[in-house]
Amino acid sequence: MYMKRRIRSVARKTFPIVALVLSFLSAAAAEPVSRTITNIFAPESTPAKSILNLSLFVLAITGIIFIVVFTLLVYSITKFRATPADGSHEPAQVYGSTQIEIAWTVIPILIVVVLFLASARVIHAVQDAPMPPSAVQVIAIGHQYWWEFRYPKLGVVTANELHIPVSDPQHPTPTFLKLLSADTDHSFWIPQLAGKTDLIPDHPNNLWMDPHRTGLFLGQCAQYCGTQHAKMLLRVYVDTPEDFASWIQAQKTLPVQDEKVSAGRRVFETTACINCHSISGTVANGQFGPDLTHLMSRSTIASGAAQNTRENLRLWIEKPDAIKPGSLMPAMKLSDADLDALVDYMETLR
Amino acid sequence: MSANAMTLDNVQVSDRTWLETLHGWLTTVDHKRIGILYVLYALFFIVVAGTEAILIRIQLMYPHNNFVSPQVFNRLFTMHGTTMIFYVAIPVLFGFANYLVPLMIGARDMAFPRLNAFSFWLTALSGFLLYFSLLGGSGLYGAGSAPDISWWAYAPLAAKAFSPGHSSDYWTISVLLGGFGTVATAINLIATILCMRCPGMKLTRMPLLAWLNLTMSGMVLIVVTPLSAAQIMLLIDRYLGGHFFDTQAGGSAVLWMHFFWIFGHPEVYVLIIPCFAFMSEIVPVFSRKPIFGYPVMVAATVIIAFVSLSVWAHHMFSVGMNSYANSFFTITSMVVGIPTGIKIFNWVGTMWGGKIQFKVPMLFCIGFLFQFLIAGLTGIMLASAPFDWQLSYSYFVVAHFHYVIVGGILFALFGAFYYWYPKVTGRMLSEKLGKWHFWLFVLGFHMCFDVMHFPGLLGMPRRIYTYEPGRGWDTMNFIITIGAFIQGIAILIFVWNLIISYFKGAKAGNDPWDAWTLEWSTSSPPPAYNFATIPVVASRRPLWDLKHPEDPDFRYD
Repeated sequence: MYMKRRIRSVARKTFPIVALVLSFLSAAAAEPVSRTITNIFAPESTPAKSILNLSLFVLAITGIIFIVVFTLLVYSITKFRATPADGSHEPAQVYGSTQIEIAWTVIPILIVVVLFLASARVIHAVQDAPMPPSAVQVIAIGHQYWWEFRYPKLGVVTANELHIPVSDPQHPTPTFLKLLSADTDHSFWIPQLAGKTDLIPDHPNNLWMDPHRTGLFLGQCAQYCGTQHAKMLLRVYVDTPEDFASWIQAQKTLPVQDEKVSAGRRVFETTACINCHSISGTVANGQFGPDLTHLMSRSTIASGAAQNTRENLRLWIEKPDAIKPGSLMPAMKLSDADLDALVDYMETLR
Repeated sequence: MSANAMTLDNVQVSDRTWLETLHGWLTTVDHKRIGILYVLYALFFIVVAGTEAILIRIQLMYPHNNFVSPQVFNRLFTMHGTTMIFYVAIPVLFGFANYLVPLMIGARDMAFPRLNAFSFWLTALSGFLLYFSLLGGSGLYGAGSAPDISWWAYAPLAAKAFSPGHSSDYWTISVLLGGFGTVATAINLIATILCMRCPGMKLTRMPLLAWLNLTMSGMVLIVVTPLSAAQIMLLIDRYLGGHFFDTQAGGSAVLWMHFFWIFGHPEVYVLIIPCFAFMSEIVPVFSRKPIFGYPVMVAATVIIAFVSLSVWAHHMFSVGMNSYANSFFTITSMVVGIPTGIKIFNWVGTMWGGKIQFKVPMLFCIGFLFQFLIAGLTGIMLASAPFDWQLSYSYFVVAHFHYVIVGGILFALFGAFYYWYPKVTGRMLSEKLGKWHFWLFVLGFHMCFDVMHFPGLLGMPRRIYTYEPGRGWDTMNFIITIGAFIQGIAILIFVWNLIISYFKGAKAGNDPWDAWTLEWSTSSPPPAYNFATIPVVASRRPLWDLKHPEDPDFRYD
């Protein structure tokens, strides 16, 4: 997977412009390059697809306008350039023409009417879609600078990596997100799955998506929310219904308490860690930071800023600024022994 | 009006010491001097905010770059945006309006010269106050910091809880003060244009520049006041325990957005309408034809002003308005494109059948036409709410509004600099340096802002201090940065041209472009009293009438 992505990334680096021009010409042509990236021209769900169809229509219309006016401009500045032969002779003084003015007023009005009707249709289709009973409901809460995901009907709480089931068009299981914020404004944006919607404190919003294929979809916070807005990354895993069910099951199971790491657990439970973090089955029930009950089931830490490896975990606890300067995670100032013990404990949170 | 505009003999002035000269400039109420002060002030800040832009671009040159910290980066883009809008764009346009409007309507000064000086010094104070935050604002990370709340200062990020210290206070107070200065100048311009026109200059005979500045000033009165109100509310929130925008206590973050954008969007038109005015003066002179469809141009401007007051929430398509509101703001935003398109067509109509002279001012105007066309079309894309759900907050938007502000406003402004510099200084700007400036700037501009659309389409949000590699953004960001440097070099050539031509430029004479409006009838630079005898006009082009007594305009008026 990693190698594959590397090869693709080299290809992308070499021909980014070419790829983009292609993506303009046809969303289908851009498909192979865009599987793991955040291209709005490679939609994988119904709202993103209907947005793309409208976008291509708008691009076509504006493209035609561009060609016509561009040609007109080029023609008039080449055709009517002054030549030395003109001398001081002034051209005919023309003050205007009512017919021409009417023509170039009416045509744009017609274009606007068409564009508006096409847009209004998609606005309605995306925004006013009813939630089917089979929908998966998720509450997404934006925090400075991470994502909290709650599945109220399924009793699961997780962070930064959202798992949702793939939606078969025959038996749709779309995911409906309720978007909240714990502090400042954020915006949820997975370009391949849906347009963005903001998470605003005291102003609940909704967003839905019905991914048509499984896989990892990337995105990030799109609304400036503070110092580490840039590393408030977002990962959405679209699972098969079976994988999703087993993921939910695993998330609901408490991690096994391993006596070998009791020292680390003691460090966790007796320091400031528990002020912000929760681990089910322990005294830790903090709400400011991500729930760590199944920390090791996630592939990244610090909201996608680093891979979830032992070294990164240790560094993150010891010196968060090395990974994400300005994040609200404090440096824990633990001794090396405590730090190692703590990381040992973290690694059992599967 | 006599064929050779009469000038009075210079009053004998003894040599002044530099202190007297300085005193003269600081206490001046002459609209021309105040205009020059505004422009110099804006030129200073364009260099400051331009440097900030260059630093931003160096940081974004590579993924995971560590040139500046996230804290510094956030301050840089906050200061860049705030400075460019409030302390570059508005002052430079007000400077031109101050200088040109009285001259073009045959008046000897603005209606309220003292208010005029007051406005300028208020604006000047507010800009320096913003930068004083670097010393005075103890922000999040130690003593002394610039605000880092972005130029939108969205609630609740600007609230005391998320922005402790005083850096945001400097931001809000300087915007508030600048707003007072802006409103006062708008009142002054309206009074001047309505009451101070010379005999014979009916509203239908005013140069378009006066018409468009009148429209712009009217908009300022409507749109700057909500911004000022919002700043006062924010101050109440921050210091008196108010809850306007305090979401923890039932305040509304969305309320701030409405207040901000009812200012913020029309503001774009406040800035571009004076640039439409430059276009409407320069294009006819270098096409050797009168403006095509004068009444339509006036009507289109007024329609833009009205419609643009009802489009603000297209900046808020993703904040969760209902589908009816989203549809409403989609259609209003698209409708504003119609009168704007009409303007482009009328400028083409003006060139059509003319004899176009490609002097530097005209080159910049032609650049404007092409770039503003593209900016308008990407604007149509953003006006379509669903398309905007993908594009908003992305680099596509950043590219779009820089296309408007740099590709449109700045190009028209450069044209205006080259066109009126001879009137202001009595000397021509160098055509050779001007062409270098133009072509380098065109090259840098397109490398920078054409390419910038694409990372947005590939999912790159704005206001991020760094980004992940492997998303197809890397090469593009590198090219964008190179483009930014080229524009920087072009700006330096421009500044050098302004300086060197002041001392060594060719003498301009009264009317170097063979133009038709009243400012060219007086000497360059004009005397303090502008006109020895108040001119009397009989048409829109008084100097055409003088130069072509066999075929004067007033025959067709």
